[in-house]
Amino acid sequence: MHVEKQRPAGSALMHFLYLIFIDPFVQMAQAPDLLAQTLWEGLVSGMLYALIALGFVLIFKASGVFNFAQGIMVVFAALTLVGLYEAGVPAFLALALAIVVMFILAFVVERSVLRPLVGQPDIILFMATFGITYFLIGFGEIVFGGDPKVMITAPLYLPKGAITYHTLGGMVQLQKIDIAAAVIASLMVAGLAIFFSRTRIGRALRAVADSHEAALSVGISLEQIWVIVWFAAGLVALVTGIFWGARSDVSFALEVIALKALPVLILGGFTSIPGAIVGGLIIGLGEKIVEFYWGPLVGGGTDAWFAYVIALLFLLFRPQGLFGERIIERI
Amino acid sequence: MLYRETGQFKTTYQSDSAIFPILQDRIGLAVILAVAFIAIPATRNDFIINAVMTPFLIFALASIGLNILTGYTGLLSLGTGAFMGVGAYACYKLTTIFPQVNILVWVVASGFFSAAVGVLFGLPSLRIKGFYLAIATLAAQFFLEWCFIRVPWLYNYNVSGAIEVPQRELFGIIVTGPRATSETRYYIVLTLVVVLTWLASNLVHGRIGRMWMAVRDMDLAAELMGIRLLPTKLLAFAVSSFYCGVAGALMVFLWYGGAEASVFGINQSFTILFMVIIGGLGSMIGSFMGAALIFILPILLRFVPESLGLPLQSATVEQLSFMIVGAMIIVILIVEPAGLARLWQITKQKLRVWPFPY
Repeated sequence: MHVEKQRPAGSALMHFLYLIFIDPFVQMAQAPDLLAQTLWEGLVSGMLYALIALGFVLIFKASGVFNFAQGIMVVFAALTLVGLYEAGVPAFLALALAIVVMFILAFVVERSVLRPLVGQPDIILFMATFGITYFLIGFGEIVFGGDPKVMITAPLYLPKGAITYHTLGGMVQLQKIDIAAAVIASLMVAGLAIFFSRTRIGRALRAVADSHEAALSVGISLEQIWVIVWFAAGLVALVTGIFWGARSDVSFALEVIALKALPVLILGGFTSIPGAIVGGLIIGLGEKIVEFYWGPLVGGGTDAWFAYVIALLFLLFRPQGLFGERIIERI
Repeated sequence: MLYRETGQFKTTYQSDSAIFPILQDRIGLAVILAVAFIAIPATRNDFIINAVMTPFLIFALASIGLNILTGYTGLLSLGTGAFMGVGAYACYKLTTIFPQVNILVWVVASGFFSAAVGVLFGLPSLRIKGFYLAIATLAAQFFLEWCFIRVPWLYNYNVSGAIEVPQRELFGIIVTGPRATSETRYYIVLTLVVVLTWLASNLVHGRIGRMWMAVRDMDLAAELMGIRLLPTKLLAFAVSSFYCGVAGALMVFLWYGGAEASVFGINQSFTILFMVIIGGLGSMIGSFMGAALIFILPILLRFVPESLGLPLQSATVEQLSFMIVGAMIIVILIVEPAGLARLWQITKQKLRVWPFPY
């Protein structure tokens, strides 16, 4: 009698363990096409996280500012582009104007926020970027309206549609825009790498990243560097905004998704560009795989917190991230 | 001229170390309390009581909670909204499971649930600080928010997914639910806020508060002085989350009357954080000032242009207040990082020596 009562509980536990540890892998093996599709989706969203994180890293390296507004800069850049196009400006002129707007933004931020706050504790500058975030949200909505907009892809000669591969006993769909995003993102990262290592300004940027005082003493203008680096982050934001906007609408709802770049940074380290990319891909992949195979067990929606919990574990066991410098204070 | 301390001599240590050492300050406080307790309910203006004062007090309580953590202990948290949610959901579960127990007991008890959750998510603060910790608290924010949506047990398997406040009585008077009068609710919120503020004020001016501030100013030095960082930081998380939890429970039970998980989202966390930054990091009165400013700003933006004949649309009001709050944060951080509270202090100092410069 007693044993019989125990048995259902035991088998329920076994079933639960089976659902957690074995069943997802059986599913993966049974439907490799679905697995490949999920992996691809994960890589694409991971790439977008990585692009936002890249903007963070650029600014953090050069000015030590943890720029919380990077996610909003993505939305703002995309909104400017779409808003100008909707106002009747030709697509490529709108793109150029959006770049100009990002430069003005960098200039204004440097003048009105960074320069007066120079020498303040990092945390104060961090909070100041909250101010930038909220200001940009309000400003963007007043100028361009609060409704979600559709990103212009055709006028910018971005491809549409999908490529379908019939492999692995099923089919895998790759959106062309995602492939274009991957190519352009790689080109941009390569361009940034060349810019950092080969040009005069790039070397100055790296000098500033190493030490503000030393850079000042050899005649590098910190103010100029800050404008350049915020402008570079603005450009990255614009590219991110175009491709992200092409996948969903352009609206300030992207802000919450953009926050995912923060765990990416924890994973990759705050000062490492390769770290941002690898971290972004890991978070994107992990999030999609977990949501697809394990999410149904807990009712779905795990991608809202998965990245943060991973970051929390990293903070507990490896606070400098995968590639970061070991500068973190651990008290 | 009125604000002079001439002739007020301190004869004991106690009077010398009082929080309000000047007689005029004490009179001012008494006047404010009298206005809050007598004059405001006497207006019988439902809008003022229910839409301005009650939420203001609740936000002020949440700001005090975050201020204890961020302003006094120097640990930046972006999870305030979620901790408020823990309080609200805990109070809802408790009062539906044990409906016969006094609702106020559950409002306060829900703070302890929130405190426990706060301590759990505060554990990483032992190894990290600054924006690393801010990201760790984001994990709390998003995970808890997800729980509020995906764990139906928390909202008693309601189809709507929202919590509805049941009607509860206190000594024969209806205090929660749609039939409670706004005066009753206001009095309960006011009393709780006053008592909790008094407790918090004593806490931060005493030994514990000094420990917190020592950790904030330099944790290494604090540890060398014999302050154990682990219990100190966790205590700050616990007390802060307790206040936020009580504020969350009050918010749902005595203001909204019902709530969805989205109420406790990341934007709520930011609103409270901005109240603390603008009001003044590490200041009790700053929490009230910040809450007043940020909460009343949209109301002013709605009614002032309207009375001038330029009505703004509600969307525009929201956008404008976003812009103003954003700009205000930057300006405050540049001009006076210690916030409105410091400006108030400077004003008082000027008044004391007026008309002389010093």
